[in-house]
Amino acid sequence: MDSFIVVSLIKTVMVFAVLLTTLAYLQWVERKVIAHIQVRPGPYVVGPHGLLQPLADVVKLLTKEDVRPPFVHKALYLAAPFMAMTLALMSICVIPFGPVIRVGGVSTWMQLTDLNIGVLFVLAISSMGVYGVAFAGWASNNKYALLGGLRSSAQMISYELPMSIAIASPLLLSNTLSLRTLVESQAGSFWHWNVLRGPFPQIFAFVIFLISAFAETNRIPFDLPEAENELVAGYHTEYSSMKFASFFMAEYSNMITVSSMAVLLFLGGWMAPWPVRYGSSIVPTVVFAFAGLIALYHGVHPARRRERYSLPATGIVFLAIAAIFLLPIVQTWLLPLFWFCAKVGAILFAFIWVRGTLPRFRYDQLMGFTWKFLFPAAILNLLVTGFLVAWVS
Amino acid sequence: MDVILFFVFALFAVACAINVVVQTHPIASAISLIGVMASLAVLYLLLGAEFIAAAQVIVYAGAIMVLFVFVIMLLNAGAESKSGRSLVAQALGVPSLVALLGILAFFVQRLFPRESATHFGGFTGGTAKAVGKALFTTYLLPFEATSILILIAIVGAIVLAYKEMD
Repeated sequence: MDSFIVVSLIKTVMVFAVLLTTLAYLQWVERKVIAHIQVRPGPYVVGPHGLLQPLADVVKLLTKEDVRPPFVHKALYLAAPFMAMTLALMSICVIPFGPVIRVGGVSTWMQLTDLNIGVLFVLAISSMGVYGVAFAGWASNNKYALLGGLRSSAQMISYELPMSIAIASPLLLSNTLSLRTLVESQAGSFWHWNVLRGPFPQIFAFVIFLISAFAETNRIPFDLPEAENELVAGYHTEYSSMKFASFFMAEYSNMITVSSMAVLLFLGGWMAPWPVRYGSSIVPTVVFAFAGLIALYHGVHPARRRERYSLPATGIVFLAIAAIFLLPIVQTWLLPLFWFCAKVGAILFAFIWVRGTLPRFRYDQLMGFTWKFLFPAAILNLLVTGFLVAWVS
Repeated sequence: MDVILFFVFALFAVACAINVVVQTHPIASAISLIGVMASLAVLYLLLGAEFIAAAQVIVYAGAIMVLFVFVIMLLNAGAESKSGRSLVAQALGVPSLVALLGILAFFVQRLFPRESATHFGGFTGGTAKAVGKALFTTYLLPFEATSILILIAIVGAIVLAYKEMD
């Protein structure tokens, strides 16, 4: 019992330290990726390649004056960012990152807790998440903020339906509601993942889930709650300093949760794409070694003077990481973690890629799209899956 | 531990329920109602019905209350003025409330005898599988009847809204 509490505390601290750091750096990655899509360098001044920019942003937001406009509904105005942040961070506690690990005789799962209704827990928390945005919009006593809050709540209710129905079809294949068992049922190769698995591959459900996920996290092309050319900044117009930052962090945290859910439900969680006996365990080594060799090559033929030292140093670090992946002691937990992070990272990249590519929807298009196309498509997919699962078994 | 949690959330539910009626502003009432729904979900969880607890949060706190809040915000409803606080209402209301609570307590005592007292976590029919099985075997007729009722309500709402648009 005591060891359980100690282990849980250590795990909680680790998960939240990693999560909050990822939140800060996800924003850097987003700015960089969008900058490169638009052919400009992006943040470049603070630290090498702008790598210290998130730190500078945190210091800026913490030390900024916290303005509270008059005539706001005080209690709700203060509670809204807190609610948004808490609910966004809460769902990470049922997300499994990998299998059992053993540290000094204590074996524990790489997951904070496994509920036998884990999928429903994430759905419940994400359906509550809209209150932060809605109350922020209402309490600000500002017409733009109110419109943003209204749009957000209408959009979240509408896109929750196709999303939950799209979630239901892979659950039919895996026959469980626990996220850990869900991943274990997809073990093997990539054609055992729910997105490709028989009797009915869930490729449509995956696409519907991703589209609804964009809307649920208020991302472009569905970011109407904060459409800056019509609503100033939408629901967080009246917020400044750390309160504004909490909405920002809530949005990125929701993005991470939703990407992890997509990976767990459709892409086999921490499972490697093909079995170890066909050499899936050397993939990370090859990837990092390749990156290291490229950095070394460019270090030998530098384009700028300072790269003569920085690029070889980076290359050696990458080669060291590649060597670490070959150690059998760490392979048991590092490999699953690598695959999980790689898949989540790929989906997060798609989020950013779409933001750099697509324009925003018009409001009636947004609503018509979910009710007239996405929702019927999700129901049809669920029906076909249900029939085929019943027919096969 | 279970008992402490039960009392905390039961008291919270009752306090929120009273607050729904006492508050004059619709948004404050709606927030209290969300509190009631959420604490009811915790009570289900304490009894061992985790699927029903999750469904409670998803359906009531997550969907229905969001619609309530949406409509209140859309209409921008202000605080209600308090009226009708006559002496007669108070003189009749308090005794009849006490009488109603007494009758309820009496029937609860009679219908649920002490031997069948529930235990925390003692309810085992709360898994998704058990609920699904019960819905599609024992309670199939009420379940289908309810879905048809809801379908009729949806069609009715569309017909009413369509008339308005013409």
